[in-house]
Parts: sequence; C-alpha cells; structure tokens
Amino acid sequence: MKLIEDANQHALTRILEGEPRLIDIVPARQLIPGLRERMILHAGPPISWDRMCGPMRGAVAGAIVFEGWAQDLPTATKLAASGEIEFHPNHHFGAVGPMTGMTTMSMPLFVVENARFSNRAYCAINEGLGKVMRFGGNDASVLKRLAWLRDVFGPTLGEAIRAAGGIDLKSIVARGLSMGDELHQRNLACSSVFLREIAPWMARTSTENAVLAECLAFIGQNDQFFLNIAMAMGKAITDPANGIRGSTIVTTMCRNGTDFGIRVSGLGEQWFTAPVEMPEGLYFAGYSEKDANPDMGDSAIVETIGLGGFAMAAAPAVAGFVGAGAPSEAGNFTRSMGEITVAQNPEWTIAAMDFAGVPTGIDIRLVVDSGVVPVINTGIAHREPGIGQVGAGVVKAPLACFQQAIVAIAKDLGVS
Amino acid sequence: MTDQDRPQYQQLLARKVEVVNVGLEGFVKDLRDCDIGVVHVDWKPSAGGDPQMAALLAKLGV
Repeated sequence: MKLIEDANQHALTRILEGEPRLIDIVPARQLIPGLRERMILHAGPPISWDRMCGPMRGAVAGAIVFEGWAQDLPTATKLAASGEIEFHPNHHFGAVGPMTGMTTMSMPLFVVENARFSNRAYCAINEGLGKVMRFGGNDASVLKRLAWLRDVFGPTLGEAIRAAGGIDLKSIVARGLSMGDELHQRNLACSSVFLREIAPWMARTSTENAVLAECLAFIGQNDQFFLNIAMAMGKAITDPANGIRGSTIVTTMCRNGTDFGIRVSGLGEQWFTAPVEMPEGLYFAGYSEKDANPDMGDSAIVETIGLGGFAMAAAPAVAGFVGAGAPSEAGNFTRSMGEITVAQNPEWTIAAMDFAGVPTGIDIRLVVDSGVVPVINTGIAHREPGIGQVGAGVVKAPLACFQQAIVAIAKDLGVS
Repeated sequence: MTDQDRPQYQQLLARKVEVVNVGLEGFVKDLRDCDIGVVHVDWKPSAGGDPQMAALLAKLGV
C-alpha cells in the first residue's frame, strides 16, 4: 500500500536524521510543566497502583519519602494506595526511565535535544549498581544516593555539560558499537568515552577537588552510566517519527512489570498492551527464576532505535551475560531483527557484520507476518520490593501488541 | 525397462537426490541421517496461519 510505504519512509527518515545532543541536567519540575506535588511518572504504559508489581510499588514508596510527601515507607505505601498520588507514564511527558522508571519533581534529569527537529527528551541519572530505586530499592542508602545526585552530582555534571556546549551522542554510540557495547546491557565503552569527553570540562567548572573526584569516580565505577543518556537519546530520536498517518513503524516499546506496551507512528499516542513476559537469562549467585519479576522499564527505547538486542552482534560478550547463547551466536539476534525492520542505520555499524548498520525501523506488518518479535536485553529485578537486581536476560515483546496495532491501523485506513 | 519407460517420479529417485525442505525442520534430520543433501528453507505461513490477520496484512502491503 503506497500510503504506508511513503509514511514509513517518512518516519524512517526522521529517525535516521536525528541529531541528539546531551545539553544539560535540570530538575524535573523545571523541564516538565505538568509535573507537580504528589505526582509520579513511571516506566511503561499506564498502570494503576492496584496492578503495579512489587518493585514498582517499592520504588513508588521510596519516591514518596524522597520527595517528603510521607515520613516513612509504610506511610508512603498507604498514601500511594489511597488514590492521593497521581501516576502517569514517563512517555506522556517526553521522558523515559529505566526499570521502575521513577521520575518526580526534584529529580535531576538528563536533557537530550534533537537539533534536527528541535525537540527534547529526558531521563533520570543512572544510580549505579546494587540496591537502587530503579530495581525497587527504597531504603535509606537508596534515598541518600538520590539526594546526592540531586544536590551534588547533577549540578556538577550539568555545569560541565553546559560549559562543553553539549555532547554529541551519535558519535559516542558509533564508537561504542565498535568497542563491544550494544547500549542496553553493555555500556562500558560508551560510559568510558563519555567520561573521557566530559572529564576536562568537569575539571574546568568544578571548584572543589573532593567533589570533582567523587563525581568522576561515580561515573567511572558505573559501567551502565551511559544507558540513561542513550535512553533519553532514543526518546529524542523517536518522538519526531510519531504521528505520521499510515506509518506502521514502532515508535515506543516499554514495560511496567505488568504490561508491555507499544505505540506506532501512524496511531499516535494510542497504546497497545499485553501481559509482559518473564526474561530468560542468568541469575546472580543465590537467586533463581522464582525470585524474578516480569520485565519492566522504558529502556526498550534503545531497541526501538536498533540498539540493545537488535545490536547484539556488536557485543558478543553480552550474549553470554544475558544467557542468550554462545558469543558466536550473537549475530543471529541481529540478523533475526533485520527481518522485522525496514532499514539499517548507516551511521551505527557493526564490524562483526561486515559493517552492516543496526536494524532500524520496526514494522508491525513484518512482525505479525513473520511471527518474529523484537528481542530486548534487560536486567531482572527481584519480585519483592526493596531487594534490587537479581540477574540479566533477554525478553521477547508479546506478539499480541503488534496484532492489536495491525487491526487498529487497518481500521484507521479503512481496510477490512 | 529403460529410464525413459519408468514413471517420472521413479526416474527422479533413480539418481542422487537433493532435497529442498520448506517449513517443518523436523524432516531435515531424517534426510541427513540417510546421507541425503538438504537445503532447509525457514518458512512459516503468514501471521502464523491466522487467515483473517493474513488477509489484513495482504491488504496493508506485506
């Protein structure tokens, strides 16, 4: 159908022409006008408190205490259950968040600007490993780190980013892909390249050596630091491709621990959801499948732009880490995702695939026709609130989301 | 009886057989176990065989 082919070409062009730059770190309330007291943005499609999974509830309780809307976690949980807290998806406010994806008014957010289309997208700062809010952690150590990110790290890094005049992100991703990152479960190379670029600016703008050292160490000790920047980048790249009538290109994939949701360019803001699947992967010592929570997070935005599971061939070591088979099989994931995408990204290439570009532009028609669904590299959270990450794996997007979207776009185009 | 006198399928089997297997992969192993060359084509019916969805996809241009 020519209308669809033209619309898809338009959407693809907008994705490929994106010029994402990290330009600042700013408290969420200054970036998102609608974000107010007693309002929490979360990962995934819309969800109410009664349907939230354990880690999501744990993170919500922690965020409420962090913002000072309750004095302790039990009171916060009661407040959340009372209906006095508003819940909305990050995606409705130009934002994304990993795993539980908590965004509240005082949290500092990365600001990524897509210079080609003059739009912006936001994501909170990666908290590091161990017990963290994105995995449902909510104890004093978690809240203390969030306060440090808000009061010290965010302002320090933000000042350096502004002084640098922003940081080009496409080139960092291109280099990371050639250094073994796939940008979802491995961000070691991109985090290191980012640190190399920003460190001189942090040294120039920081006035206290101790603070500077602490901030540099925080980035340097976190292999996944760049993930949240890549997520804001993904959101900034895909938003301009949304809302093109007739386009069957996916512009959002995300999950909230209960539902998996997608949005499709030609269908605008409409969600298509299905129960989220359990990741298949490897577990840290002492944990197993029985501890795992179903998949969650807005981080699948990186797969939506051809990274993560779609770029597995760039990161053979990840295939082993996430239990996806031998490193030599990593290329099969990327080739398979090539069957459900309309193009390759010539700016992001994979040496191990003879410099083929990452598979880009998921077409819901190709997904439903072939039965091949997007694969997402993911962390695995404990199903109980407050414990944190217990493993890493691969999860498949539910086919039902794409089937619903096919029916909806057929209806929209008068096809029956 | 010469080769030309035999039914066509018997002529086919009188020579070394090369097989193209389409769809179900289970047949491939049996043939290979018999030392028969096989090329497997990974094929599935559109939309997993759902006729309504396949019809919609056809109209939408797959």
